[in-house]
Amino acid sequence: MQNKMSRNIYFIPYVLWIALFVIAPILLILYYSFFDIEGNLSLINYQKFFTPVYLKMTLSSFWYAFLITGISLLVAYPTAYLLTKTKHKQLWLLLIIVPSWINLLLKAYAFIGIFGTYGVANGFLEAIGIGKQQILFTDFSFIFVSVYIFIPFMILPIFNALDEMNPTLLDAANDLGASRWMTFRRVIFPLTIDGVKTGCQVVFIPALSLFMLTRLIAGNRVITLGTAIEQHFLVTQDWGMGSTIAVFLIIIMFLIMFVTGNRKQGV
Amino acid sequence: MKKLVQMFLVISVVSALLLYAISRLNTSQGFTSSYTLTIYNWGDYIDSDLIDRFEEETGIKVIYETFDSNEAMMTKIEQGGTTYDIAIPSEYMIDKMREEDLLVPLDHSKLPNLKNIDERFINLPFDPENKFSVPYFWGTVGIVYNSKMLGGKEITAWADLWDNDLKNEILLTDGAREVMGMGLNSLNYSLNDTNEEHLQEAKAKLDTLTPNIKAIVGDESRMLLEAQEAAIGLVWSGVASEIMAENEDLEYVVPEEGSNLWFDNMVIPKTTKNVDAAHQFINFMLDPEVAAQNAEYVSYSTPNKEALKYMPEEVVKDERFYPSPELTEKLEVYENLGKKNLARYNELFLEFKMHRK
Repeated sequence: MQNKMSRNIYFIPYVLWIALFVIAPILLILYYSFFDIEGNLSLINYQKFFTPVYLKMTLSSFWYAFLITGISLLVAYPTAYLLTKTKHKQLWLLLIIVPSWINLLLKAYAFIGIFGTYGVANGFLEAIGIGKQQILFTDFSFIFVSVYIFIPFMILPIFNALDEMNPTLLDAANDLGASRWMTFRRVIFPLTIDGVKTGCQVVFIPALSLFMLTRLIAGNRVITLGTAIEQHFLVTQDWGMGSTIAVFLIIIMFLIMFVTGNRKQGV
Repeated sequence: MKKLVQMFLVISVVSALLLYAISRLNTSQGFTSSYTLTIYNWGDYIDSDLIDRFEEETGIKVIYETFDSNEAMMTKIEQGGTTYDIAIPSEYMIDKMREEDLLVPLDHSKLPNLKNIDERFINLPFDPENKFSVPYFWGTVGIVYNSKMLGGKEITAWADLWDNDLKNEILLTDGAREVMGMGLNSLNYSLNDTNEEHLQEAKAKLDTLTPNIKAIVGDESRMLLEAQEAAIGLVWSGVASEIMAENEDLEYVVPEEGSNLWFDNMVIPKTTKNVDAAHQFINFMLDPEVAAQNAEYVSYSTPNKEALKYMPEEVVKDERFYPSPELTEKLEVYENLGKKNLARYNELFLEFKMHRK
């Protein structure tokens, strides 16, 4: 009895937190999404979401988030693997994490300088004879900077998964005559798949609703759902439409969590 | 468990100490609620020396916060939870805020310096008899261009921007009213037009400009134009005059098809906690010398007639930034179009942004 009671008491902060900061806001968003711009109850926002404008925006958000996640994974996996093999791995890992302590805006502004017409990147291209290119305000710069920003979040879970792997399993695979590729495919990758899934979730979901970078680095040439939400809440004051987009984002995120979710409990 | 309790205690003690330190710092600087004035203004839109001077003269401490769009400002004031004593919105927003009862009426007896304002800027349609607002700065929307980068080419009209030679040279500002207004003006429609056909036409016209557009940015355009990242920018007059001071090759023009004339004004929002101090501040800013210093720093046009006497003649006589009444008559002031039309403008602007070359 005593035990049960104290367990219930411990439960209070958790329940309060979830109710106030998770469930209540989601319900509010859902509630607002049923109001049109003049405050009348209607489904017009949902109708609007299925017009070509928003569908196109959703698809392009997905496409960019997919590219960002894919490239991050391609870079992060070998990096994480390499890190586990180094002598001072915690130090190297720290060096990769350090940039994520710096404010996002500061990093974005730095890239405006680097990618600008007279920036370092163009200076280099000119020196090797390619000549000036437009780098800033292109798809390339947008994806490059996003990958740069998200990559620590991809490396960390993969690193942890690789680090926890029992090295004797590799020896076993080796002894049993598996080639290096086969060891990777049949032993290492399946054992680290949870880390990869976590990394993908942590990158893909925020990448879907990036908004500051779309203006600073992509010059509004890339429009994501995040940009549209920002505009609806701050400029148009069409909270209904903004909420509707948010509702769809939440649904999409749940779907992603479900698809990439782990069969075992916990991460 | 014991360790956990210990840690919890340490954190509590540290937080308490920090809290105490903050409150000590605040009181030692005079930040107590009855003697503070919170100003909510556009970024980089006041000479901060003037804030220091105001604090010194009155003993009132100023807290200064910034916004980057009229709409964002209004949203924040509407939501409450803020204690802004002064805000500086543009004309159409004042009309809207008045409608929604978000403003405190001004007591003109506390604003003797109001007489310094040029009559041209008093009693305008968005606020008859200046019941709620006092002019702060005014200006136009136009094109700033780097004639050297364009090989001596001159730009005089919106139509010139559709030139095939200007691939990737134009920076637009990230504002639906400004960009849609440009589209409408280039078709010789009013920039307050709400006719759906005209709006569609303007959006289609803007779509054809896409190959010439380098980016649609916010305040960064200043930095980008100064760094010659692009040759042409759609900007507010003050931005132009500021970067023109840094780079001689830049020119500013108000396009001949027409453009926007705007007024930013000081108001006291309903969120105020210190109406007296707010009046004191408005009156202070209306002082000719103060207004002149502020105008030189901000480089927008001051509506303060007396202040012009304290300013260099070449600035005041510059028709690009102090256009005569005959010129400004041809320009249009934004009207409060109502939420629904504004939403339509924004939707079309969003569609335009999504249009790829």
